[in-house]
Amino acid sequence: MVLAVALILVTVASVLFHFLSPWWFTPLASNWKLIDDTILITLVITGGVFVAVNLFIAWALIRYRHRPGRRATYEPENKKLEGWLTIGTSLGIIAMLAPGLYVYTQMIRVPEDAIVVEAVGQQWQWRFRLPGEDGRLGRTGAAFVSLDNPLGLDPDDPDGHDDLIVPGPDLVLPLDRPVLVLLRAHDVLHNFYVPQFRVKMDLVPGLVSRFWFTPTATGRFEILCAELCGVGHWNMRGHVEVVDKSAYREWRAALPTFGAVLAAAADDGLDEAARRGRELARERGCLACHTLDGAAGIGPTWQGLYGAERPLADGRSVRADADYLAEAIRDPNATLVAGFPAIMPRVDLSEAEVDALVAFIRSLGAPTAEAQGADPMPPGDAPAANEAAHGAPR
Amino acid sequence: MTHDADTHHEPSSFWTRYVWSQDHKVIAIQYTLTAIAIGLVGLVLSNLMRLQLGFPGRFDFIDAAAYYQYVTMHGMIMVIYLLTALLLGGFGNYLIPLMVGARDMVFPYLNMLSFWVYLLAVLVLVASFFVPGGPTGAGWTLYPPQAILPGTPGTDWGIVLMLASLVIFIVAATMGGLNYVTTVLQARTRGMTLMRMPLTVWGIFTASVLALLAFPALFVAGMMMLLDKLAGTSFFMPAIVSMGRELGHEGGSPLLFQHLFWFFGHPEVYIVALPAFGIVSDLISTHARKNIFGYRMMVWAIVAIGGLSFVVWAHHMYVSGMNPYFGYFFATTTLIIAVPTAIKVYNWVLTLWRGNIHLTVPMLFAIGFICSFVLGGITGLFLGNVSVDIPLSDTYFVVAHFHMVMGVAPILAIFGGIYHWYPKVTGRMLDERLGRLHFWVTFLGTYAIYFPMHYLGFLGMPRRYYSFEDYAFIPDSAQDLNAFITVCALVVAAFQFLFLFNLVWSAFRGKPAESNPWGATTLEWQTPETPPRHGNWGEALPVVHRWAYDYSVPGAKRDFIPQTEPHEGAPPGTDEALAEARP
Repeated sequence: MVLAVALILVTVASVLFHFLSPWWFTPLASNWKLIDDTILITLVITGGVFVAVNLFIAWALIRYRHRPGRRATYEPENKKLEGWLTIGTSLGIIAMLAPGLYVYTQMIRVPEDAIVVEAVGQQWQWRFRLPGEDGRLGRTGAAFVSLDNPLGLDPDDPDGHDDLIVPGPDLVLPLDRPVLVLLRAHDVLHNFYVPQFRVKMDLVPGLVSRFWFTPTATGRFEILCAELCGVGHWNMRGHVEVVDKSAYREWRAALPTFGAVLAAAADDGLDEAARRGRELARERGCLACHTLDGAAGIGPTWQGLYGAERPLADGRSVRADADYLAEAIRDPNATLVAGFPAIMPRVDLSEAEVDALVAFIRSLGAPTAEAQGADPMPPGDAPAANEAAHGAPR
Repeated sequence: MTHDADTHHEPSSFWTRYVWSQDHKVIAIQYTLTAIAIGLVGLVLSNLMRLQLGFPGRFDFIDAAAYYQYVTMHGMIMVIYLLTALLLGGFGNYLIPLMVGARDMVFPYLNMLSFWVYLLAVLVLVASFFVPGGPTGAGWTLYPPQAILPGTPGTDWGIVLMLASLVIFIVAATMGGLNYVTTVLQARTRGMTLMRMPLTVWGIFTASVLALLAFPALFVAGMMMLLDKLAGTSFFMPAIVSMGRELGHEGGSPLLFQHLFWFFGHPEVYIVALPAFGIVSDLISTHARKNIFGYRMMVWAIVAIGGLSFVVWAHHMYVSGMNPYFGYFFATTTLIIAVPTAIKVYNWVLTLWRGNIHLTVPMLFAIGFICSFVLGGITGLFLGNVSVDIPLSDTYFVVAHFHMVMGVAPILAIFGGIYHWYPKVTGRMLDERLGRLHFWVTFLGTYAIYFPMHYLGFLGMPRRYYSFEDYAFIPDSAQDLNAFITVCALVVAAFQFLFLFNLVWSAFRGKPAESNPWGATTLEWQTPETPPRHGNWGEALPVVHRWAYDYSVPGAKRDFIPQTEPHEGAPPGTDEALAEARP
């Protein structure tokens, strides 16, 4: 009896929870209303089954509970009843599968007029590339990846020279225009997911995956990584900003081409120690968490860090001079900059190596107002261009 | 099959009787206790993980690396080392010979080896907590390249020990599986036709066949990843730049691993579910004093589910970047599998219908199983249907779904099974009041944990996130819900120790049990001694005259007729008697 009452209460509470829950899909910001509709169909059918089965059990528990003298009915089979239930279930399944596959057909059929955007995931940040005037994306390969060429474009492929490189982890898209997103990664699996767009897809090293959607609402949307990619998985942040056509055109026009980035990088002007530090930063994995372009990574960016005044987690603040930086490298979690987790490992480095790293950070410039800004920069001044470079593939 | 009496000398020393035992009942208990012990580790890990999710940043020792290690080890322990081992090694070992009327497994020595190899696998797994870098934090799916590259916890030692442990486990599972399958096929007693077997045996038998066919895929995947990690091969590794360094790999495919993993991983769901289906069928029938509804349909449903489970694996990979056209095939097969599954649910419910329902503790758990399984099953229809899956994939909806369907539901069936068969195993009853308390907290608690969690998934909260700080699309109320879920998880976990206490206390102080306290028809309740002695059946093997579900037969004196009871009219054991015994 108690169980029957409990089952009824659980069922009623579940239905009430469904209708009163403040937790529900984010407002749709893409063309995929069809997906939401299919979910609704599935919810209605399965919800009906859920309520029916639970209430039937509760009723049976009350009606057929043991009482002295009671005896169960002996009925091994009931072909007719079993047949009807099988047919009913099959119809319910078809009612969910048919619209599901219809919508899926739309999802994998990319419109011809879709603009192409490439998203590249790297532990733990997002980067983007757009085809240039020729409308084609240049060849890529893991072998071409370097500090100045994090996307791994082939410098010898002329198709790639006019490709537009987006500085930082924020992508801008035009309203009401279908977008085909091509996805790549050079390290591990990632997944490009914006809840408001509904669609998502893994990034897989060694292949190019894809999905498409049409943004239907302006605004700034968070990109989440939805495939476990290591300790920084939860903090792989980026944004998609959906704007009107003219704002998009303006943004796009200000993007540096890969050719310009390469040319600027060829002239690095680094001294010996900084050059060594730059190499170390790459080899020892520092750059997995510290960006060089002003974007917040797992750790603070190194751009404009040298000499800057930084708030600490304990409320004090500190000037990031050579001494502080050296100490922060040697004993990473002794003084934490506010807003960053204590996850940096202690790396075994010699005095000279620490000095080299500090020299490199110093070469990335003193704090300036623009350095912290998110405004797109003209090609020549793009942050990446300030860094040293080997134009050629390693 | 009959064994010569002299092959069944009862072992006389403590060591041969309880430690190096070849008796299926002792091995079953060894398997069960080991699985429960490692399961407790998995339970504690889940609570640590929940502490971080419910109260982020409040516990200093849970950093991101530790969190991912908890997640990974919790998942692997629960799926493989607890559920698979307990259902096949524990329930399978104890029940198969007793339920089919055999004296033991057909390969007793192999059976003993199976346990010791399983124990070794568990020890290797546990060792990974104590090596430099700790256990792997790659997620229980161990997807490469991430699982063996820096940036993931435990990529030096942890992942190697994890893969080694899995490989060892598969050796153990294969030895066990061959035994279970052969015993069911070859060692059934006279009259025990396949279509007279209790559904518990059908479930465990089919699950063992699945295990024999599915685990090799995990075995090769594990070996290949070990080679990628240790020998520099490139099975799963394309050209990779990791943390700024180019690695020497070239040409491998991360998707290949996913296919191999899920070719194992989806049948694995049914390796856990089918024995639970079987157990619950027998529990419901026995305690509702009514034959299982549609027995033949139930058998065919088990076999159909087992077969179909091998052609649905890529529904775990809709967003993996595989060829999108695969989506049509796998969505269709996945939704088809819902039909035999739904039939099973209907037949459980229809067994209650017009029954004589005794709400014993095993029955409470069996009904709790149905409710949990229905919720977990219908949410599976969201995730199997490719276009509905895509927005929900990798969110908390998935976490809630698979915990309900292959965590909570099977564990409720296991609890039900333990309360049901404990009197046979120990000769004593488990304490009923503690059992009821255990049921209510576990059933309602797990429901409170997982039902609301689906809604965090609808919202879009991704799984495997250490923290959700500063994500604008997540309202603060989601954090409150997470705190609530954590509190429920802590309470549910705490009450499992009540169950353990009951298990130990009742073994010594429990009410002495009769040999057939539930009035059940199946063979294990008809043994000459309780607990059954070595060789199970005394002088002569039982002879089976009827199916396993003769409850409340009209005209019969009692409301159950044991399988060993001959039909009136025909001399016991004759072919006429056997022929007419079919329902």
